[in-house]
Parts: sequence; structure tokens; C-alpha cells
Amino acid sequence: MLFWVILMSVVIMLGAAVAVLILPNYLAATAAISVVSLALSVLFVALQAPDVALAEAAVGVGVSSVILALTLRRVGLWKIETDKDT
Amino acid sequence: MNLREITGLIFIIGLGLLIGAVLKTLAFGITGDVGTTILAVAPQEIGTANTVTSVLLAYRGLDTLGELTVLFVAATAAGLVLGQRRPDAPYDPDAGFILRTATDLIFPFLIILGVYIILHGHLTPGGGFQGGAILAAAFFIPILASPASPLNHNVSSLVEGLAGAAFIIIGLVALFGEGYFLAPLLGKGEVGHFFSAGSLPLLYLAVGLKVGAELAGLLARLAETEAIDK
Repeated sequence: MLFWVILMSVVIMLGAAVAVLILPNYLAATAAISVVSLALSVLFVALQAPDVALAEAAVGVGVSSVILALTLRRVGLWKIETDKDT
Repeated sequence: MNLREITGLIFIIGLGLLIGAVLKTLAFGITGDVGTTILAVAPQEIGTANTVTSVLLAYRGLDTLGELTVLFVAATAAGLVLGQRRPDAPYDPDAGFILRTATDLIFPFLIILGVYIILHGHLTPGGGFQGGAILAAAFFIPILASPASPLNHNVSSLVEGLAGAAFIIIGLVALFGEGYFLAPLLGKGEVGHFFSAGSLPLLYLAVGLKVGAELAGLLARLAETEAIDK
């Protein structure tokens, strides 16, 4: 059971990390970074580090993604559609 | 190759050499018996049920103060860089009905969760930093819902300053009373009880309020900056 949880979270982390590189939309890439952190916090729980998992869930998933998204808004890259679609 | 690429290459080579040197000297895995010693000794010596807290606030309290300083400098620098908004700049329109209602609903629960995680930092996983981040999120969601009613920065700065000062004052009291900066005060109490671990819950309360006010102020400043016109 624990093995599958760890495997799942590692696969999700890798997939989301690759998605960050591939996605053409900055906002979607920010969301993918958040998914990496979310899977990482599950991994920390599986590795019996609940303190680190809480910090990762609060800071990595929440605050840092919001900071990235707000920075995108500040520099004018906050677009829902990609350039190809429009 | 221009100068920028050469600089990047040199940096990467240097970083690789540094990491290689560190990996060569340090054995992988647990070395020494610091971890096992702390696990065995901390509950009796400090009185925390959560060993991580005893390391963060008692054995390595000065490092936590350094961490708070780093966060403070980062938030101050971000505030300086972002600057003031023009007084006549328009705010973004309010968010939709669902987000506004959900904000009113979720706000008290986030506050309770944050305060719970901060106050039970010496008993259960979590503590000042995690709870503070949740408090910051609680105060930031209303800004997302209605950008026209921004956070009161005077209040958040006041809370931040007072909490930071409280952390250092507790450390100084310990310095003059016990002889060590940030030494645990007020006795140990009984392990696992809410009023235990001496002054550590007070320190964590200060850390939580400081981190929460700091992050909330930082996020609010970022959200208040004027978006570039498209």
C-alpha cells in the first residue's frame, strides 16, 4: 500500500514537472508547479515527516503558487488563452 | 558565446564541483548519533510531545530567529520593489458570487485551523510557520474576492513588529534568567498537555503571528500593484 502511494506521488510529481516545461500557458504552468508540491507533500507524509508535509502543503502549494500567479499578473502575462488560440 | 553564457557555464561548473566535494566528504544517510540522542532526550528535557518543535525552538532557537530574519528581509525587499500604487488607480472588479460567498464561509474556519496548528505546535505536527501560512491565506482570500477593500497594512505591520519583538524579548529574558539566549523558560509541565513545554508555545505563537502578518502583507501588496495595461 505504502509502496503504491509513494509510486503514485512520484509519478504525479514527474508528470506535473514535465508539464511545467511543456505547457504554453504560464498560468497553467503555475498550477502544474502547485501540483508538484501537492504530490511532494503526500510523499513527505508517506516518509513520516508530517511537519515538513504541512509546511510544503501550506507554503509550496498555497503561498508560493499565489505569489507566482500574482507576479504573472504584475508583469502582464496573466492570460487564460494561449497566443496560439487567439 | 557571449558573456552571459560563459558566466552561467562557470557558475554551473562551480556548483557541480561544490556539490561533488560535499558529497565526497559527507557519507550518505544518518551519521553520528545527534538524531537518536535528541529523540531519546527531548521529551524529558524540553517537555514537547512533538520532537521537531523541541529542535526548532529549544535546541536550535537561534536558527529559527535567523529564518524569521530572512523572511522579514524578503518581505521588506518585496515591499520596496513593488512600491506604492497611484491613489487614483482603479481596482479590479469584485469576483463572482460563488467566490464571495465561499470566502465568507471559509474565512472563520481557516482562522481556527491556523490558530489550532500554531497553538498545538508542541503537541502535534505543525507550528508557527505552517499555521502562519494558513493565517496569511485566510486574510488573503477576501482580497481575491473583493480587491477594492484592501488589507490594512498598518495593522499587519504592527502585529508583525510586536510578534518579532516578543520573540526576541522572550529570548532576552531567558538570556538574563537562565544564562542562554532562547533557553526554555517556565518549567516543562507534563508531556502531552496543552500547557506544557514552558515558553515554547509562546515562542511559536509569536512566530505564527509574525509569519502570518508578513505573508499576508506581502501577498496583499502583490495583489494591490497595478497590473500592466494590455
